[in-house]
Amino acid sequence: MNGSLTRRRVVKAGLALGAATVAMPPILAFGQGEKPIKIGMHDPLTGTYAAEGESEVRGAKMALAEVNAKGGMVGRKVELLVEDDNANAGLAAQKASKLIDQEGCAMLMGAVSSATALSVNQTAHNKGVVYMVTGGHTDPVTGKQCHWTTFRICTTTYMLAAGLAGTLYKKFGGKWYFITPDYAFGHTLQEAYAKILKGYGGTVLGNSLSPLGTTDFSSYLIKAEATKPDVLINLCDGQDLVNSMKQAAQFGLVKKFPIGGGLSELEVLRALPKEARTGWWTLEWWWDQPDTPGVKEFVAKYQKVYPDGSWPSARTWFGYAGVHALALGADKAKSIEPVKMAHALEGLELPPEIKLQPNKVYFRPEDHQLMSSEFPGEDLPDGVYPKLFKVADIVAGDKTALPASETGCKLDYPA
Amino acid sequence: MRRGLAVAALWVLLLALPWWLPAVGGYTTLGSKVLVYGIATMGLNLLLGFTGGLSFGQAAYFGLGAYGAGMALKYLAPSTPLAIIVGTLAGGLAATILGPLVMRRRGIYFAMITIAIGQLFYFVAVRWNNVTGGEDGLAGFTRQPLRLGALEIPLTATNFYYLVLFCFTISVAIMWTLLQSPLGHAWVGIRENRRRMEFLGIRADRYVWAAFAVAGFVTALAGSLNALLFNFTSPQDLHWILSGDFVIMIVLGGMRSFWGPLVGVVIFVVAQDYLSSVTGNWMTFIGLIFVLIVLLFPDGLLGVVSRRARAT
Amino acid sequence: MQLLLFDAFNGLIQGVFYALMALGLAQILSLNSVINMAHGGFLVIGAYIAYTLSPYLGFWGALVAAPVVAAILGLVAERVLIRPLYRRRDPLYSLLLTFGLALIVEDLTRTVWGAQGLPFEVPAGLNSPLSDAYFFITGYRVLIIAITAAVVLGLYVLLRYSLVGIRIRAGIRDLETVSALGVNIFRLRALNFGLGCFFAGLAGVLAAGVLGLTPPMGNSLIMPSFVAIIVGGVGSLPGAVLGGLLIGLAAGIVTTYYPAASEAAIYLLMLVVLVVRPRGLLGEEGLFE
Repeated sequence: MNGSLTRRRVVKAGLALGAATVAMPPILAFGQGEKPIKIGMHDPLTGTYAAEGESEVRGAKMALAEVNAKGGMVGRKVELLVEDDNANAGLAAQKASKLIDQEGCAMLMGAVSSATALSVNQTAHNKGVVYMVTGGHTDPVTGKQCHWTTFRICTTTYMLAAGLAGTLYKKFGGKWYFITPDYAFGHTLQEAYAKILKGYGGTVLGNSLSPLGTTDFSSYLIKAEATKPDVLINLCDGQDLVNSMKQAAQFGLVKKFPIGGGLSELEVLRALPKEARTGWWTLEWWWDQPDTPGVKEFVAKYQKVYPDGSWPSARTWFGYAGVHALALGADKAKSIEPVKMAHALEGLELPPEIKLQPNKVYFRPEDHQLMSSEFPGEDLPDGVYPKLFKVADIVAGDKTALPASETGCKLDYPA
Repeated sequence: MRRGLAVAALWVLLLALPWWLPAVGGYTTLGSKVLVYGIATMGLNLLLGFTGGLSFGQAAYFGLGAYGAGMALKYLAPSTPLAIIVGTLAGGLAATILGPLVMRRRGIYFAMITIAIGQLFYFVAVRWNNVTGGEDGLAGFTRQPLRLGALEIPLTATNFYYLVLFCFTISVAIMWTLLQSPLGHAWVGIRENRRRMEFLGIRADRYVWAAFAVAGFVTALAGSLNALLFNFTSPQDLHWILSGDFVIMIVLGGMRSFWGPLVGVVIFVVAQDYLSSVTGNWMTFIGLIFVLIVLLFPDGLLGVVSRRARAT
Repeated sequence: MQLLLFDAFNGLIQGVFYALMALGLAQILSLNSVINMAHGGFLVIGAYIAYTLSPYLGFWGALVAAPVVAAILGLVAERVLIRPLYRRRDPLYSLLLTFGLALIVEDLTRTVWGAQGLPFEVPAGLNSPLSDAYFFITGYRVLIIAITAAVVLGLYVLLRYSLVGIRIRAGIRDLETVSALGVNIFRLRALNFGLGCFFAGLAGVLAAGVLGLTPPMGNSLIMPSFVAIIVGGVGSLPGAVLGGLLIGLAAGIVTTYYPAASEAAIYLLMLVVLVVRPRGLLGEEGLFE
């Protein structure tokens, strides 16, 4: 069930190679032409987010094969080196240094945990290397802590809220109670929802902050139930979402009022027993898009490469789009020099066979955030994997994102 | 004599590290991390190995040092030396103030009280997210070049390594001196037989407090250097799992020996760095290392070496 | 006010859970003098074995079988890994060895079953509230309370009246004398360790019904279990149960006013106990110093 995890090739020592890596910046150390271009990827392969991390790596490896089949990046073969960050920010920064200093990676990608995205953001910026954040959602990555080096595939919390809020209001009403995970992702997601709700004229009945990793949500659910909301907005993600929904179902609350919320993912849906698999959520990509060209082929290709009965998730797509985006950026710039690549990526639009969704999907120049779509919809409790979700709408990214001027991002290109 | 040669060889290796380490598959940042953790664990070992205080909450002071340094750079002034000083003081003063709570307990109680303190600091770091960044960690600061008069030295990976080595040298010198002093001897005495020391008129509590405070300062120094190394810190730098890692590194190398912790750090950090790159099951291997060391080499690696040296 | 009562009650239910974990941990600590950081690992084993067995044995079959498997694995671990440590005085070694064992268990679990969270189906009859006003009292939570109570009672009876139980209690007091009296203390300790792992495995099966199954699921429960032992009193089995209930209650009450602090409240409680009365509520002075 657990596919083979990534193996990195062990770098053989060589005095010249070692000295060259120390003495020269990574790009010059390759020489021209024959040396492969290395992309360094960091993701959790152990620990709480290992399932999501694995999905991202799978997508990246699929894209790698495609890029190399078409001749690589600027005519050179591309290699992907994957490091486990165990969702630990310090370890992620350490591995990022390793990938750049020791392995000579020309660019970085990855992240599931927001803290790792932020710490590698620092490292990448300090070393002047392009960093494609695949799955770290915290807003500052393309907001207050944005850097010229850093780009992001997955959506911001504002985009997540904007994708679903209108639907929830129109369907169920405007009195909402929030259960919010107590960290930046949760806070900004809740603020975004609250702002949009107030814009519609609804009210926030209350907001319970649950610490990350809470196992017992009873208190928050009791408080929520007491307010008799129109909708219970559950903004937890990952394992917290699984636990809170299980308990909500066990308490019979799923019959009392609709539950909606923030981010859900195939990995979460798969972990939920069917009585808990209910409610309205936003996904960032979905495998079942009958009207979108390229998706069926992508799913078929995935299942050929990974014949373990699994289906690609949004995380898979993040990794896939991430590698392709880097390749497209390098090809557009005709170079892997970071500043040139960064400029080339700004405004870059993903072609249909890579974006795998309708709407225009492009990197917004002002903050390097990919304007990818949100897929709000409903869980299918009686569904069998993978038919666990029904997409209601595919909302374009630039319709859900905050205007660039409001994100707090000021890109800091070197003079 | 042989020991002096070994120590001299160590310093030569450390001074030349940016040259030979990349050649064997390492990178300078890894060397800096080894030294930073070396400072932290050698400080902790004053308490654990030499005084016998089973501290499982040392990461609290490491984290305080890290946050102190980060916040100094972010909110006070763009000065690296100031950041180091603020961080070291933050952790050290916290340890000094909390010492009296801790000093009277022993064994598992000592351990649990240090854990409790550590987790309370962890909670503050996570909750006070306007200031500390919460779970996302503290970012937005970068180590500033050193300014000595008109000279400005940028802290590249290599230069920063030498700054860390400098701090390492100073701390080692201080710790070594303390251990040779009557204070150090009192600590060992307390470890061996606390009751007898008290009968001799030594107020063991006070000495444990001193050990706790000194360990706090040293570990906090390590923490501030760690924050500057990665230009980042997060609540994980305060968590009891990191505290446990410190203890394990000390036992791996040998807790009865002065250099033991450094040896343990080298084994742990290098093993983790190498194994996690080549296999997805690195946690199993690390766990196996712990199990085997405890079963076969309870005195740590240096314990084995010293036993063999004594036997010859 | 009503919310406070609800939260307090919820906390108690959670506390029952901590009590079960703490009980096994205290068993192992008292007789084997081992600080079992792998206790969470045996919880995980219990949960995953239950998941694997439940398609064949159903929920109830798995509930009985999985803790037995955990106990057997505990016996193996005791024989191979723990027994060499009895000669050493310092509890640090058992702590570090079991810390390593916990890492191995988590990693192997992930390798065998995958990192993806797994759903565990609980019988539908249990999976709903018993009353409308008190919807947080579900059949399943009542089951957790009932099973824990039964287990605690069973342990009490075992310790009080059975030969093995008497020997265990005597061994906790003075293992050397018990050995001198001709009891095979190796077998006694092994049995005791297995028993403690049985409790952990049972806690794991019960947890699987409430939480999702993931390899790191044991990590969040291990520290509160130690806190429970400290608060209730090291060396006292009733103390472990009481400690578990108390910290659950404390966390529940704090959740009413300041939910983010509910875990910190547990540590604060432990800090207060350690400063004011280190032997805990029911513990004995001078143990493990």
